Amino acid sequence: MAEQALTGYRKWMEGVGEQGVFFARFFRNIFTGGFEWNEFVRQCYEIGYKSFMLVGLTSFIMGLVLILQLRPSMVEMGAESMLPKTLAVSFIREMGPVITAIICAGKIASSIGAELGSMKVTEQIDAMEVSGANPMQYLVVTRILATSLMVPLLALMGDVIGLFGGYLALNFTDAISFPLYFRKCISSLEFIDFLPALVKTVFFGFAIGFVGCYKGFHSDKGTESVGLAANSAVVTASLWIFVIDAFAVQLTNILFYN
Amino acid sequence: MQKPENHSHISDAANEVVVDIQHISKTFGDNEVLKDISLQVHRGENVVVLGKSGQGKSVTIQCIVGLLHPDSGSVKVFGDEVANLSDKKLKELRTKVGFLFQSGALYDSMTVRENLEFPLTRVLKMKDKQEIDNRVQEVLEGVGLIDAIDKMPSDLSGGMRKRVGLARTLIVKPEIMLYDEPTTGLDPITSREISQLILNMQKKYKTASIIITHDMECAKITGDRVVIMNEGEYIAEGTFDELESSDDELVSSFFNQTV
Repeated sequence: MAEQALTGYRKWMEGVGEQGVFFARFFRNIFTGGFEWNEFVRQCYEIGYKSFMLVGLTSFIMGLVLILQLRPSMVEMGAESMLPKTLAVSFIREMGPVITAIICAGKIASSIGAELGSMKVTEQIDAMEVSGANPMQYLVVTRILATSLMVPLLALMGDVIGLFGGYLALNFTDAISFPLYFRKCISSLEFIDFLPALVKTVFFGFAIGFVGCYKGFHSDKGTESVGLAANSAVVTASLWIFVIDAFAVQLTNILFYN
Repeated sequence: MQKPENHSHISDAANEVVVDIQHISKTFGDNEVLKDISLQVHRGENVVVLGKSGQGKSVTIQCIVGLLHPDSGSVKVFGDEVANLSDKKLKELRTKVGFLFQSGALYDSMTVRENLEFPLTRVLKMKDKQEIDNRVQEVLEGVGLIDAIDKMPSDLSGGMRKRVGLARTLIVKPEIMLYDEPTTGLDPITSREISQLILNMQKKYKTASIIITHDMECAKITGDRVVIMNEGEYIAEGTFDELESSDDELVSSFFNQTV
C-alpha cells in the first residue's frame, strides 16, 4: 500500500518535472529564431475561426439563459432595471471568459492532444527530430502562441454575443430598445472590468495550448494512447482554467478593489 | 563478429569508419534488449542487421541518431560520441544521417511535395523556390513517384508511402542511411522493388547504410555484410551467402525460421 503510494508520488513528481522541462523548452524555442509564421497563421485559423461558431452559440445561449434565470428574482426585488448591468458585469468579468475557455478546452486541447499524440504514435515527431528539424518550434510554439492569442479574441466576441442573447431574453417579456439596453450595459462597465478578464483569457489560452501539446507530445506508443492523450488534455486543461480563474479573481480583488 | 578497434577515421576514405558502436547495452524496465553490442560501418557499405521482431534491432539504430541513449558503451558517428554532443552538434549530425521509419512517418497534414520541402526549408534553410522544386522533382523521379507530388499521404499505398519516406530522407543527401524494417507490411513484389531501390540509392548517393530487417530477400539484395541478432546479441556476421551456408545450428535455424 505504502509502496504503491510512493510509486504514485514518484510518477507524479516525474510528471511535474517533465512539464517544467517542456515549459522551459517552449520558452527557449520562442527566442531561438526560425519562427514558423505560416504554421502560426494556420493554427490561428484552425483554432480561432473554426471555434467561432461554437463559442458564439454557447455564449448567446448563456446570455439568454442567465437573463431568464435572473429575471424572476430581480422582479421580486424590484430591481428589474438592473438586469442589463448584472448581465454585463457577470458576463464580461467571469461568465464569458470561463465559458469560452471551457469550450476551447473541450474542442482545442483535445484536438491538439489527439493530433500530436497521433503524430507521436506514427513516429512523425521522431522523424522530424531525426531529420534535424525542430518539432518544438514547428508543432508546439505555434500552437501555444496561437491559443494564447485566439482564446482572448474568442472570449471578447463571446462577451458581445452573450449580451445579444441577454437582449433577446429581455424582449421575451419586456420591451427594451436595443440602444437603451446596450447603453445600460456599457455604462455599468469600467475599464478594470475588461482588463483583468482579458489578461486571464491569455493565461487560459496558454494553459489550453500547453496542456494539449504536452499531453500529445508525451503520449505513449499505441493507438489507445491517442485517446488517452486527448481525454487527459481536456480534463487537465479544464482544471487549470478553474485554478487560474481562482487566482485571477483574488489578484484582481487585491490590485483593483481593495 | 567485428572486434572493437580504437579508431574513428582511417586514412583510406573507402575504409573510413562512419559508425562505431562499442559494447552498448540497453534495458527497458526488466527487459534487457541490447547486450554488449558492437558494430562498425564503413563509408559506402551496406550492413544488414537481421533478426526476428522485438530483438532490439531498431533500438540500435535509434541510439545512432540520439533518439535513445545506451545504458553503457559508446556510439560514435563520424568520430563524435553521440551522447556527448550539444543540441546544436546533434542537429548537425542528424542532417548527415537519414532515418527511414518503418511506417514511412510521412507528415499526414502535408502533401507529398510539402513533406519533401520540409527538410529543405527547415534543415538546409533553402530559400530559392526553383532550386527546391528541382530537388523535389529529382528525388521523386528517383523513387518513381513524380505523379504523386500533390497527393496527401492518406491517398498513397504502403509501398508508395515508403518510397516517399525514402525520398524525403534522401533529399538532404545524407552520408549515412538507417532503414528500420523497410519492407515490413509490403507484398513480395513491392518489397523487392523497395530493396532494389535501396541498392540503387546507395549506388547513386554513395551512402553507408544500416538496414534493419527480418526479410531475407531484402537482406540478400541490399547487404554487403549481414549481422544476425538474437535476443539482444550479435550471433554471427558475414556475407549473406556465407551465413546461409553456415553450419552453426543457431544461424541455420534462424535462416530456416525466417525464410
